[in-house]
Amino acid sequence: MATLARLQARSTFLVHQYYFRNSAVDVFRKKEYDAAVKIQSWFRGCQIRAYLRYLHRVATVIQKCWRGYLGRQHYQLIVKLEFCTMKMNLYNAMAVRIQKRWRGYRIRKYCFNYFYLKEYLKAVSETNDAIREALEEFAEMKEREEKKADLEREEKKRDYQARKMHYLLSTKQIPGIYNSPFRKDPDPWELRLQKAKPLISQRPKVKQKRDVNISNQLACTSARSLPQSEILPPIDRKQCQGPFRDITEVLEQRYKPLEPTLWMAEPINELKMAREELRKQEWMRNINDNMFLPFSSYHKNKKYIPLMHSSSKYGPNSYGSQHFRDENPKKWICDKDFQTVLPSFDLFSKYGKLYSKAGQII
Amino acid sequence: MSQRQVLQVFEQYQKARTQFVQMVAELATRPQNIETLQNAGVMSLLRPLLLDVVPTIQQTAALALGRLANYNGDLAEAVVKGDILPQLVYSLAEQNRFYKKAAAFVLRAVGKHSPQLAQAIVDCGALDTLVICLEDFDPGVKEAAAWALGYIARHNAELSQAVVDAGAVPLLVLCIQEPEIALKRIAASALSDISKHSPELAQTVVDVGAIAHLAQMILNPDSKLKRQVLSALSQIAKHSVDLAEMVVEAEIFPVVLTCLKDKDDYVKKNASTLIREIAKHTPELSQLIVNTGGVAAVTDCIGSCKGNIRLPGIMMLGYVAAHSENLAMAVIVSKAVPQLSVCLSEEPEDHIKAAAAWALGQIGRHTPEHARAVAVTNTLPVLLSLYMSTESSEDLQTKSKKAIKSILQKCTYLPALEPFLYDAPPNILKHVVGQFSKVLPYDSKARRLFVTSGGLKKVQEIKAGPGSLLQEYINSINSCYPEEIVRYYSPGYSDALLQRVDSYQPLAN
Repeated sequence: MATLARLQARSTFLVHQYYFRNSAVDVFRKKEYDAAVKIQSWFRGCQIRAYLRYLHRVATVIQKCWRGYLGRQHYQLIVKLEFCTMKMNLYNAMAVRIQKRWRGYRIRKYCFNYFYLKEYLKAVSETNDAIREALEEFAEMKEREEKKADLEREEKKRDYQARKMHYLLSTKQIPGIYNSPFRKDPDPWELRLQKAKPLISQRPKVKQKRDVNISNQLACTSARSLPQSEILPPIDRKQCQGPFRDITEVLEQRYKPLEPTLWMAEPINELKMAREELRKQEWMRNINDNMFLPFSSYHKNKKYIPLMHSSSKYGPNSYGSQHFRDENPKKWICDKDFQTVLPSFDLFSKYGKLYSKAGQII
Repeated sequence: MSQRQVLQVFEQYQKARTQFVQMVAELATRPQNIETLQNAGVMSLLRPLLLDVVPTIQQTAALALGRLANYNGDLAEAVVKGDILPQLVYSLAEQNRFYKKAAAFVLRAVGKHSPQLAQAIVDCGALDTLVICLEDFDPGVKEAAAWALGYIARHNAELSQAVVDAGAVPLLVLCIQEPEIALKRIAASALSDISKHSPELAQTVVDVGAIAHLAQMILNPDSKLKRQVLSALSQIAKHSVDLAEMVVEAEIFPVVLTCLKDKDDYVKKNASTLIREIAKHTPELSQLIVNTGGVAAVTDCIGSCKGNIRLPGIMMLGYVAAHSENLAMAVIVSKAVPQLSVCLSEEPEDHIKAAAAWALGQIGRHTPEHARAVAVTNTLPVLLSLYMSTESSEDLQTKSKKAIKSILQKCTYLPALEPFLYDAPPNILKHVVGQFSKVLPYDSKARRLFVTSGGLKKVQEIKAGPGSLLQEYINSINSCYPEEIVRYYSPGYSDALLQRVDSYQPLAN
C-alpha cells in the first residue's frame, strides 16, 4: 500500500512529468519531424534528380543518334545535289567548248571568210591602180596623137602655102624675099620654097573626109586586150578502175552544202534584234524625232461610262488568257515564271536529208 | 504681043518668086527678123509657094517655113493651123531629095516644141512617110527623117509608141551602121529618145539588136557620137535588171571606163550616167563594176570635173555603197571618201551637195569601220553645218541629217565625235553622248583624251531631264572617272570652292 500511496503522491507529479515529458518530446517531435521530413525530401529530391539526370542522359543519347541519322540523310542529299551540279557544270563547260569551235568553224567556212575579204579588197585596189595607170596612159596617148595631128595639119598648111608662093623662089640673078644677101643663112621659108612643087590651078577638089585611123590608137583599150577571166578547159582524166561509186554522187556528198536547221540558222533573240534594227532604221529615216501628239483633248471632260461586262465582278476570268499559273501561290512549284520562249526541237528537220535509208519507202 | 513678051512676064514673075523666097529663107536665119516677118504675114504667103511649079521655089519655101517654125512654138502652131502639114506629108512621098530634106526639117521644127504639136504631126500621118524616108539612099534624107522621128518620140511614151508602131526602130538600127558620122549621131539620139520612156519601148529597141551596134560605137573617136551612144545605152539600162544585164553582156566594161577620161565633159557625164544606171539595180552588177575597177575610174572622173557633170558619178558611188558592206568597203578602198568630202565642201549648188551627203551616208552606215573611214576625213562637221545652216534647201537638210544619223549610229571614232558635243542640236546630241558612253568604259587612252580635250567638262554642262536616256548616258560616262575629277569639272565648282574659302575660319592661334 505504501507504494500505492507513494505512487499516488507521485501520480500527479508523474502525470505532470508524463505530460511534460510528452510535451517536451512534442516540442522536439515537431522539430525532429520537420528535420526528418527535410532530410527525406532532400534525399528523395536527390534520388529524383539522379533519376532525371539519368533520363536526360538517355534522352540525349537517343536524340543524338536520331539527329545524326537525320543529318547524314540530309548530307547524302546535299552531296548528291552537289555532285549533279558539278557534273552539269562540267557538261556545260564542255558543251561551250564544242559550240565555240563549231560556231567559229561554221562562220569561217560558210558565212564570212575574213581572209578572203581582205584578199578581195587587196585585189580590188590592185585592179583600181592598174585601171588608173591604163587610163592615164590612154589619156596621154590621146594627147600625143592630138598634138601629132595638129603638127601635121600645120605642116600641110605650110606646105600648101609654100606651093602657092612658089613664084617667090630666088633665082640665080635675083635673090628672092626670103634670101636676102645681108643674111647669113637663107630663111627657112626659102628652103621650103625650094622643096615645094609649083601649084597648078585645078578644078576645085571635093574636100576629102578626114579619115582618122582608129585601129592603132585604140589597140590597148579594145575589149579583148584587158585581162578577162576565162573558164579553164576540163582536165581529161582516165576512168578509175574498179567498182567505184559514180564521181558525181561522191562529189555531191562530199561538197554537200550546209543545211542548218531553223534553230541553228537564226539566233533565238532574232526577233528582238530585228526589232532593234527596225527601230534604228526608223530613227534614221524620221524627219521629225518628236512623237506625234494626239489630237485635241476636247472630249476628255466627258465622263467615261465603262461596259457592264467589264465593270461587274462577274466579268471574264483572267486565268487562261492573261496568266496561266494557279491562283493559289501555295500550289506553285517554283518561284520564277515559266519561260515564254521555248527552244524549238527539230524533229523533222533532218527528214530525208541523212544518208541512211531508214524510214524511207523503197 | 509676041510670045516672047508673054513668056517674059512669066519669067519675071518666077524670078520675083524665087527672090522673095530666098530672101525670106535668109532673113529667117536671124532671130530678130522673125517677129517682123510674122507680123508681115509671111505664113500665108509661103503656103501657096509650097505648091509652086518650080521645084527650087518649093524647096526654098519649105526651108524658110522650117526655119520660122524652129524659132518658137507659136509659129509652129501657126504652121499646124495653116493646114500646111498634110501638103508637106503628101509631097514628102513623091518629091526629090532636097525637098524631102526640107520637108523633114519642117516636121522636125514643128514637132520639137510640145507634145500637142508632135501629136498633130502624128495625126496627119507623117510617121509612115518619115519611115519611108529612112529607107532612102541619100544619107541627108535619112538624117533629116531620123532627126524628126527623134524629136517626136522625145515628148512622151504614147508618141514614142506611135513611132515604134510605124516600124522606125529596125531602120534606125540600120542607120546606125551607116558610115556617115552625122547620121550615126542622129540615129543614136533617136534611139535614146525612144527607149527612155518605158521598159517595153526599151525592150523593143533591144529586140532589134541595137545594143551590139551601140556598144561597138563606144570606141569611135567622135565625141558627139559617143555622147549620144552612151546616153542611148543608159536610157536602155535604167529600166530593169534584165536590160541592164543585157547591156553589160555586150562587153562594154572596161571600155566604157576610157570614156571617163575623154576631153569632152558631156561624154564623161553620160558615161558616168551609164555606169550609175547599171550599178543601181543589184549588188551583183555593182560587184561587176567594182571588179573591173570602175569605182577608181569614176572617182578620178569626179576629181577632174566640176558642177553638174560630177553629179551622176557621185550618185553612182552612193548606189554601189548602198548595196552591201563589202561593196562599201571596196568603195572606201578606192579612195572615194576624200573625193566626196571635197565635193561636199567646194560645190556651190545645193543638189550636188545633197547627193554627196547622201553618198557619204550610204558609205558610212554599215559598220564602225566604215563610219571611221568617213569620220577620219573630217566630213562630219561639214555635214552638221549644212544641216544647221538656214540657207540650205530642204532636201539638203534632210539628206545631211539622215547621213549624220546613220554615221553616228555606228561611229566609235571619238576624235571626230567631239566637235558634235559643242554644236549639235539636242536630238543628235543624245546619240553622240550615247556613243561616247559605249566606248569610254573600255578604252583608257580615250578616257584620258576625253578629259584633256575638254569633253568631260562639256558633258557636265549638258542639262538633261532626270531619268531620260541622256541622263543615263551622262551617268555612265561619269562612272568611268573618279569622283573628284567629275566634281572638278562640274559647272560652278570654282564658285563652290570660293564659297568654302569665304566660310573657312582659320584656327585662332
